[in-house]
Amino acid sequence: MAEIQIKNIAKTFGDYTALHDINLTIADQEFMVLLGASGCGKSTLLRIIAGLETASSGEVWIGGRRIDHLSPKDRGIAMVFQNYAVFPHLTVFENIGFGLRMQKLPNDEVTRRVERTASLMHIEQLLKRYSGELSGGQRQRVAVARALAMEPDVILMDEPLSNLDALLRMEMRAELKGVLAESKTTAIYVTHDQVEAMSMADRISVMYEGNIVQAASPIEVYRNPAAEFVAGFIGNPPMNFLRATPAGDGKWTVAGQNVDGPTSGSSPLQFAIRPEDMRLADSGFSATVKVVEPLGAHLLVTCEVDGTLLRAILDSDLSVNRGDQLTLAPQSDRVRWFDPETTLAVA
Amino acid sequence: MNPRLLPYLLILPVTLFLGVFFIYPFVLVSQQAFSTGGGFTLDNFRDVVSYWKFPISFKNTMLLAAIVVPLQLVLSLLMATMVSKMEKGRDLVLYVWTIPLGISDLAAGIIWLAIFEQSGFLNSMMSGLGLIDQPVNFLSYQNPLIIFVAIALAEIWRATAIMLVILVAGIGLIPKEYYEAAEVFGASPWKRFTKITLPMLRPSLQTALVLRVVLAFEVFAVVAALGGTLFPVLMGEIYSYQFDLMNNNAAAALALIVLAISIFFTLIILRVLRVPKGATI
Repeated sequence: MAEIQIKNIAKTFGDYTALHDINLTIADQEFMVLLGASGCGKSTLLRIIAGLETASSGEVWIGGRRIDHLSPKDRGIAMVFQNYAVFPHLTVFENIGFGLRMQKLPNDEVTRRVERTASLMHIEQLLKRYSGELSGGQRQRVAVARALAMEPDVILMDEPLSNLDALLRMEMRAELKGVLAESKTTAIYVTHDQVEAMSMADRISVMYEGNIVQAASPIEVYRNPAAEFVAGFIGNPPMNFLRATPAGDGKWTVAGQNVDGPTSGSSPLQFAIRPEDMRLADSGFSATVKVVEPLGAHLLVTCEVDGTLLRAILDSDLSVNRGDQLTLAPQSDRVRWFDPETTLAVA
Repeated sequence: MNPRLLPYLLILPVTLFLGVFFIYPFVLVSQQAFSTGGGFTLDNFRDVVSYWKFPISFKNTMLLAAIVVPLQLVLSLLMATMVSKMEKGRDLVLYVWTIPLGISDLAAGIIWLAIFEQSGFLNSMMSGLGLIDQPVNFLSYQNPLIIFVAIALAEIWRATAIMLVILVAGIGLIPKEYYEAAEVFGASPWKRFTKITLPMLRPSLQTALVLRVVLAFEVFAVVAALGGTLFPVLMGEIYSYQFDLMNNNAAAALALIVLAISIFFTLIILRVLRVPKGATI
């Protein structure tokens, strides 16, 4: 069992607060992704769990054991670094076996584990090579194998795929997910790539300016963002926002249309809708097409509604041109509302 | 201009310079070493090696190098590691530590002579503390060990910094992520030093050691100042052949012997500290 509990973790660098009072529980064998833009504190949090950084306050527990005062090697963790950190002066074999050698395991045990993890990562033919003779993707595999060989309770990954090209990244994404599920370790994965987060995570913690804004399953984060930031960060293109003014009785005026919304509240809200949840209809928002981007599977249309730019994903069979007037209707059960004061979601 | 010729044109001046001022004199010295006025002969080498001062000066030179260089290696590694861990005042400490580099080796010898001689600082300090009744002549023929220690100390003080600056630059080139990875995978600070710093520092260690070992075989002025004739070394013998005994041929032969020793040790250092084929550091 390797449940991770992060209790009231805060980190300050001088006057700058990198993390504000973080609380998070990660279940045993869960794949948790910390997602956020650069500088949001996600790497700092990971490094605190790893023991490479000391928290200013708070506790970290792994498997019912408090570990924040222990040195990294006593925490039952292994880590995959952004630049791989595959030692250039050691062969692939010695790289994968590095942690095992440090534990002074007998030679045959080291060989057994190195060969097993190497074949898991499909690099068994590279064991005699040095890191300089490997491609970026192969180095990445060595870094993952080195972590897996430790048979850790928890595996920490700091943007492990960000240095790979797009095609390789997609391939490794699926492979990593499979290998980690197989190994039954708890994983924390830091990334700024929302597609990576959506496709790999059991749960995503979206971070913003040193806070966890939302921790939920990918589909929950996508469908029911807890805050405007999450709505604007997740999804490509992100959610559309329109200003809504109360019209009483649970009705709201959005771009001249009456829409059903929250029954209480008398101050303006933000109406939010995903681009793919817009349909061409007889009644709805009147939109002037500004840009049409044919993406093959569908058509990405950027249009102006009530002075605001709004994106809609429409069927690629439609013929839409710049300057056309469209009537777009939101799919009513996909509409979300945010309070512009607090930026939080309103039911 | 043919672009393929350009590189050769650019290195032509320095090649000419080395040819005129290094290779040509070297050929002349070699000629001198292998002749006694007549044709080719090994007589000069035979004379030089069979002279009674050769074994003792050879032994002294080797012993000094064998004691001083390893000590300097350890010291400079220690100092380089400390400096690279510093966050503030790092440059100041480096400047202070490298001051001896700016002093000529004769001046360094004289500084240490001022400490050790009969009317020197060490004597005045010890008599001031009441440890001795009258000044001791540390650097006399009766105290060969003290002479050796004084020379070794002066050499260490004078020439550790040259290794230090090379190693500091080398350590600075090792990415921090390797240390973090080693730490996460269970390497203690000592293991991180032996498993990451030392192997990745090999190119810098090669440079530092080759430079220092060759300089150690060329030790002269410090020894002359502190030991005089009581501690003969190879370079001192070359000097006395050339200027006291006016025997150019013997001086040339001995110079070539020192060159051969230097090349021999350089090759050993390069071999021992080589980076395995395929590994990139």
